[in-house]
Amino acid sequence: MLALIPLFPFIGFLINATMGRRLSKGLSGAVACAAIIASFAVAVMSVLQIAGMPADARVLEQVVYTWIASGDLSLDMTFRLDPLGAVMILVITGIGSLIHIYSTAYMHDEIDSEFARYFSYLNLFAAFMLVLVLGANFVVMFVGWEGVGLCSYLLIGFWFKKQSASDAGKKAFVVNRIGDYAFVLGMLFLFTQFGTLDFARLATIASAMPVEEGVFGAISIATLLLFIGATGKSAQIPLYTWLPDAMEGPTPVSALIHAATMVTAGVYMIGRNAVLFSHAPETLFIVAVIGAATALMAGTIGLVQNDIKRVLAYSTVSQLGLMFLAMGVGAFGAGIFHLYTHAFFKALLFLGSGAVIHALHGEQDIRNMGGLKKFLPVTYWTFLIGSLAIAGVPFLSGFFSKDEILYETFHEGHTMLWLVGAITSFLTATYMFRLVFLTFHGERKGSGIGDQGSGHDHGHADPGSLIPDPGHAHGSHLHDAPPAMALALIVLAIGSVLAGYIGVPHALGGHNQLAAWLAPSFQASAAAPGVGGGAELFPQAEAAEEAEVISEEEAALELTLMGVSSAIAIGGILLAAFIWLKRRSIADGMAHRFGGLHRLLLNKYYVDEMYDATVVNPIHVVSRDALWRGFDVRVVDGAVNGTAAIVAAGSNLLRRLQTGSVRAYASSMFVGVVVILGYYLWR
Amino acid sequence: MFHSSFDAVVPMLCVALAALAVMGAEAFRSRGETMPVGGLGIVGLIGAAVSSALLWNRNAISFGVIVADNFALFVTITLVIVGILTIMFSSPVVKRDGLPKGDFYALILFSIVGMMMMASANDLLVIFIGLEIMSIAVYVLTGIRRDDPRATEAAFKYFLLGAFSSAFFLYGIAFTYGLAGTTRLDRIGAFLAAQSMSDNRLILVALGLLLVGFAFKISAVPFHMWTPDAYEGAPAIVTGFMSTGVKAAAFAAFARVFLSAFEPFSGEWAPIVWWIAVATMILGTVVGVAQSNLKRMLAYSSIAHGGYLLVGLVAANQVGKAAILFYLLAYAVTNLAAFGVIALLGTKNAANDELRDYAGLWHSRPALAGLMTVCLLSLGGLPPTVGFIGKWYIFSAAVGAGYYGLAIIGVLTSVISVFFYLRVVVMMYMSDQPATVVFPPVSTVGMAALVASIVVILALGILPTPVLNLAAESIATIF
Amino acid sequence: MIPLGHYLIVSAILFAIGTCGVFLRRNLITILLSIEIMLNAVNLTFIAFARQHGSVDGQIIVFFVMTVAAAEAAVGLAIVIGLFRHRESLNPDAFTLLKW
Repeated sequence: MLALIPLFPFIGFLINATMGRRLSKGLSGAVACAAIIASFAVAVMSVLQIAGMPADARVLEQVVYTWIASGDLSLDMTFRLDPLGAVMILVITGIGSLIHIYSTAYMHDEIDSEFARYFSYLNLFAAFMLVLVLGANFVVMFVGWEGVGLCSYLLIGFWFKKQSASDAGKKAFVVNRIGDYAFVLGMLFLFTQFGTLDFARLATIASAMPVEEGVFGAISIATLLLFIGATGKSAQIPLYTWLPDAMEGPTPVSALIHAATMVTAGVYMIGRNAVLFSHAPETLFIVAVIGAATALMAGTIGLVQNDIKRVLAYSTVSQLGLMFLAMGVGAFGAGIFHLYTHAFFKALLFLGSGAVIHALHGEQDIRNMGGLKKFLPVTYWTFLIGSLAIAGVPFLSGFFSKDEILYETFHEGHTMLWLVGAITSFLTATYMFRLVFLTFHGERKGSGIGDQGSGHDHGHADPGSLIPDPGHAHGSHLHDAPPAMALALIVLAIGSVLAGYIGVPHALGGHNQLAAWLAPSFQASAAAPGVGGGAELFPQAEAAEEAEVISEEEAALELTLMGVSSAIAIGGILLAAFIWLKRRSIADGMAHRFGGLHRLLLNKYYVDEMYDATVVNPIHVVSRDALWRGFDVRVVDGAVNGTAAIVAAGSNLLRRLQTGSVRAYASSMFVGVVVILGYYLWR
Repeated sequence: MFHSSFDAVVPMLCVALAALAVMGAEAFRSRGETMPVGGLGIVGLIGAAVSSALLWNRNAISFGVIVADNFALFVTITLVIVGILTIMFSSPVVKRDGLPKGDFYALILFSIVGMMMMASANDLLVIFIGLEIMSIAVYVLTGIRRDDPRATEAAFKYFLLGAFSSAFFLYGIAFTYGLAGTTRLDRIGAFLAAQSMSDNRLILVALGLLLVGFAFKISAVPFHMWTPDAYEGAPAIVTGFMSTGVKAAAFAAFARVFLSAFEPFSGEWAPIVWWIAVATMILGTVVGVAQSNLKRMLAYSSIAHGGYLLVGLVAANQVGKAAILFYLLAYAVTNLAAFGVIALLGTKNAANDELRDYAGLWHSRPALAGLMTVCLLSLGGLPPTVGFIGKWYIFSAAVGAGYYGLAIIGVLTSVISVFFYLRVVVMMYMSDQPATVVFPPVSTVGMAALVASIVVILALGILPTPVLNLAAESIATIF
Repeated sequence: MIPLGHYLIVSAILFAIGTCGVFLRRNLITILLSIEIMLNAVNLTFIAFARQHGSVDGQIIVFFVMTVAAAEAAVGLAIVIGLFRHRESLNPDAFTLLKW
């Protein structure tokens, strides 16, 4: 039954890949959507099945067959569904389904064969992603890991006619290979150290070993290698630069792959191996620091980007950093919780930006937007909900998950990291609302594209939109999202509001069902022998046990922190409103909406100036010139390009040795003989 | 089978008889009559496969110098697969390029006889003779298009350097003979085991010279220089044949000589082979990156694959030995299929083997592009293809034997190598300027061979266990 | 009786001469002859060792080697003729269509 979950999208892939050119768009879209929805249905049934089991035995396992069984090498093609996997497959198939539906409208301008190609990749991606999360051992996970990488690469370069798109695909590929290299080494190392690659067995073995406190032992090395792999896939320092460039792909792809699912694979991998990582505190600390640093850095960069999708991309990097921070402080449940809520609102935001781009015929620069609120009401309201959620405004999904991360970080005693996380939240709120205000509020900017129906004169526009849609060509107004796109937006908006309510913290009188649900996944199987003292290693298990007895102090601390982060979120939004609303169209209806604030600002114009000089400009300069242009473009890109350049240069140098002269070849052989015999005779 | 002293040579005999029949059929056919000589060859190869299957687990020995142990039989069956696929891919090529049909198939079959002889020889002299039977036939095959200056040049380079390396190899045999008084591997092994303590420099010279001979045939650095030129100049299908068959046979003999007869001196040769393996993996991969000709790129790729096989040889544990066999099979099928695609897309006057010729192949020949993609992914070692299992097996053998450095370099180079394999994939799928070249229609036989290889690549990637077990069983009896 | 070492030294010198000939001479025919010299040096080694061991194995091996050398020479000359037809030259460095 579990095998069916990835099998359905795979069948969809086969159909579209083999017969796609002959199918009409409607049919190939329908096949792809049916495949992923069928997969979603099976996923729901499977999850219900394990939900019906006792809490500590919620595992569903299917050995599809024995993949390799030869001598010491034994590997099963096994799928395993546990609470962690359940969350993941629901996210992947659920949000995946919505994005498939959305895509049928978004990609409608493509020709039939390209449309089928797109959906075949998308289905293949879903299949591999499901293999990744359902795999019960590292090798099966690796199959998915490589597979999603390949699909991501193909989809980024989908519009290969754009040079930037194929460059971005190449970059994603090169960067990911570096991560994968470490990942494979980590796998090989684990295999030689523990003789197995099955997650459950690894956890059991590791839990019987001492925690490598202060030493850098075998588990630390292996987990560090795995984490390097995760930095590649999940776009963390130093391997994150591919993700913003990956926005060259179609927007639904950015939503599904580069925001909601694939990039979270690294977080998932750490969660899946929570026991291993818990036994390597040194690695965990590195994870936390890298996560926090990435979160902060990407957040500042996000402030100054002008491409709507790039802002969202840096925001994704930043949010992923928060998830790694959670993983790093041992709050595995909080990390996965944020992964889950983030999937909703980030998918929503990307799809919303896609609707904007679609309406504007490929325009992505927010400086050319503005005032879209009244033209695109559905898009506006859903986008606003997504922005509120990601900003961490109380009682939306992002609030609960982000708050839990910050609380856990503080609770574990990492005050500095907490501070970084808090600043990141502030930045998140600011840049998201900058985006909202610049895009939807104020006056229409640009050349009045939609109004004149001449949107296809934008050279850098999506090739998909180069074929003018008849609906747009003579229309005198912008079109809001068509029904298929609106449906996805609305469902995701509802999700962004409600998704957090399965993890309401105890301090607010909730029960944090998600943490309790996930807890068994983060410890060695209870049935396994020698797990005695494992429990106290896992804050989540602790949290689950504490469900009924939460101390007054902790509740108070959590409430305080919650208040702080709410204030941060709202403060960030207000700052954004202050900076980006005031300057734009003061006379607009927006003025009286934020009337009080507006008057305050207007009366104190010099504050604004000062603010510009002391806060905005320095942030701007630091983030743009130092972090983005300096570190991002020069150092990181330089390292990646440098590696590629060294290989290429070496390649060009070494190939010159091949002069074509047979006498030179004979000399080379003779030198080889002399060296070998010389070694034997005169060593 | 009768329990006679001929048993062990029966597989070779089948192929040799088929080769003679092909020559006879060609010589005695009347003008204008066409003979299905390729079919004759396939019959002979199937005979070899059947007799190998019957000989399985029997350890038959003929004349003391040819042993049909499971190791030899496993390689023999690999060679049969190589032969059958080559003949199937060749049938449209021979017709298209107007190659001398009888000569071509007879040479293929004779060289397979030589390869089988190398794989099952228990005597250095027989290995040498097998090597020469194989090589001389392949030299001619390389230059079989006499009208093509590049093919002739390739044949000449291959021949000259091949003969040069044969001389070193033979000199090594001479020293071994001089020391041990015999060329039988088992007796040499016994002699060396008794000598392993003494510091006899002459043994090391013999060892080094034999190493050079084998290193040449498996195109290990720095004896690889002929490979890119010969592979690029030869007709694509011949390249496919020699990059797989020759390598498999040479590796089988290499493994047998160094892991049985010279095993007592493994402490002496392992460090050298370690360095050769590292150099081979790195050079093959790095130089492959800059190539613009697909055949030449695959030539460097095949150099790199030789390096991975050497890793298995250095590891020399049970897993490593079995991994060599499995990898040989995996690599043979995959590489041959890739060259098969190139061969099927060429025309008489244009080889169509530049990378840019493949731009947009997906639009003009979707099936071939898809099949080529599977081959390239397998060469790059991505799951779920057989290439992944092979690499996993080799590298875990290396790690298991404590050769972490080899595994790290091996994984690194295979990671880099994916870059140039996928560049072809990207060319085929994501190119807005489709090549202007005109591809010929694809023959049914060629397509059948291609589909069969892809089925094997995927099947062994998804269900490798039976073959892995066969490989493990094959090495159990001899090493 | 001449000791074994003398034979080995002579054959080693011959082998070295042949080896140098392969990559120093600039005429294809001379290069082919150099390879023949190498093979014959090996033959000498075999004969010397055969006499040393008092066995005929080495001498029989020499017959095989001579046969193989003849076959190689035949193929080699045919290839050289093929080359000569394409470009009227016997200089090995003239043939560098395939490189890099």
